[in-house]
Amino acid sequence: MSRPPIFYALAVLLGLFIVFLYGPIATIVVLSFQGPEGGLVFPMNGVSLHWFAQLFRPQSIGDIWGSFGRSLELGLIVMICTVLLSFLAGLAFRRRFRGSTILFYLAVASLVMPSVVVSLGIGALFEMLGIERTWYSSALGAHLTWTVPFGLLIMFAVFNRFNPAYEEAARDQGASGWQTIRHVVVPIILPSLVGVALFGFTLSYDEIARTSQSVGALNTLPLELEAMQTNATTPVIYALGTLTTALSLVVIGTSLLVVLLARRRRARFGSDAGRAA
Amino acid sequence: MLRLSNTAAYLQALPLSAVFVAFFAVPIALVVVVSFFSYETYQLLIPAFTLENYREVFSEAVTYCTYLTTVEFCAITWAITMVLGFLLAYFLAFQIRSMTCQMVLLLICSIPFWTSIVIRMIAWIPLLGRNGLVNQLLVGSGIAAKPQEWLLYSGFSVILGYVHLYTLTMIVPIFNSMVRIDRSLIEAAVDAGASTWQVITGVVLPLSKPGIAIGSIFVIAMVMGDFVTVDVLGGGQVASVGKQIATQLSYLQFPPAAANAMVLLLAVVVMIALLMRIVDIRKEL
Repeated sequence: MSRPPIFYALAVLLGLFIVFLYGPIATIVVLSFQGPEGGLVFPMNGVSLHWFAQLFRPQSIGDIWGSFGRSLELGLIVMICTVLLSFLAGLAFRRRFRGSTILFYLAVASLVMPSVVVSLGIGALFEMLGIERTWYSSALGAHLTWTVPFGLLIMFAVFNRFNPAYEEAARDQGASGWQTIRHVVVPIILPSLVGVALFGFTLSYDEIARTSQSVGALNTLPLELEAMQTNATTPVIYALGTLTTALSLVVIGTSLLVVLLARRRRARFGSDAGRAA
Repeated sequence: MLRLSNTAAYLQALPLSAVFVAFFAVPIALVVVVSFFSYETYQLLIPAFTLENYREVFSEAVTYCTYLTTVEFCAITWAITMVLGFLLAYFLAFQIRSMTCQMVLLLICSIPFWTSIVIRMIAWIPLLGRNGLVNQLLVGSGIAAKPQEWLLYSGFSVILGYVHLYTLTMIVPIFNSMVRIDRSLIEAAVDAGASTWQVITGVVLPLSKPGIAIGSIFVIAMVMGDFVTVDVLGGGQVASVGKQIATQLSYLQFPPAAANAMVLLLAVVVMIALLMRIVDIRKEL
């Protein structure tokens, strides 16, 4: 079948867009392998792993590994909280309970609220209460205002398509509420829960706007990077960029693999719903 | 019907409610309150009821200038991401026939979304800088006599950064609306003699409106309040409202920052309210 001319025009547009998306990142990946004498821009002055090695020297700029550790820990905590909070709320929202509309709009408002305002509010709240701001208290809360609405919306989409007959069948066979959730609901929606977890982790790991006023004395990685780039004079920052991008790709790859495996397993064995021990 | 008691629903919604009340509702309410507070160098928050902060916001010429710049950035970014997002979503949803191919292309477009935003912005610097790749090419090929300064740390680079970061935010909801369009409508239009262009403007565009509205809400909210992109790609040469608020906060001037934030919020709410008339978000999931 022949394609209309618009197909080719748009295919070119998509190609250009993909170059536009990946071009800059590709540039810094290449530049991060600059030789020891190389600068922040092309041409390449030899090829080396010098700047990656530089990252592991204790005297290198900024608190890279400290902030990286904090971002990782915070990301994992946010991930767990996001999955739990949005899954539970997703279950609750299947019924219309009093206040459900307000709660829904609160979540949507939190999503579209300019981050600088949220950041300012949380900063002011802790300032007024006289509580010190830290990455594991105020910044955790700030991150949840950003990740949980996404999780909740995904859960809405999931439960809108969820057939309650499965649960009814489980209950008719005498399953308790917990057994129904553990052996019927969770296995069915597992790929979506992995999706929510992935969203939670990466959104938190990258978050900068809501973190800025709520993080306190010790920075997360994105804030450290932002601070570093203003006075970066060597390609060490590109090496760091290459490394964090690689890490993100590993996380995405792993999550995709988990989802694919779960699908394949289901295709082969059918759902394990109802196989409660 | 579900045999779930209301109590269970309350208990299930409780953790989420607690988080949103403590870290969203109360802080935002506090921003409103603090915007009327006064402040001194060594006391950040002095409870009071003064309109001084608002007077300050509206009396300074720089405020109007900053708001104008921010709205301009927002309008340009919105227009570009919307056109680009619509065309690419249309291509993916209607011109690509294999589902696998669709998913792979969508995945390729969304992978950068999962990588660090700051790094993606920093990555423009070696391309656009004074000695960057673009200038090397321009000068080397003789198109420009000397390196172009407007490429980086300018409104141009900031908008480029926004388009780079937020086009996907448009593509996904528009794509989502488009895949739900009943294909027989397209066939009917074609059978009735509509050209490809007429199908796009007469059938696809009106039915993608909810997706366009959702994407627009996100883009507008993110660009209007942004200070990170302006910071990295504007390099101190460009001001935006978000940046202004962030600067005030870096001097710990909470009350003026709060007043500024309230004005910003009002602007964003008005824009979003207009868009919400087009779409019922809850219906779209």
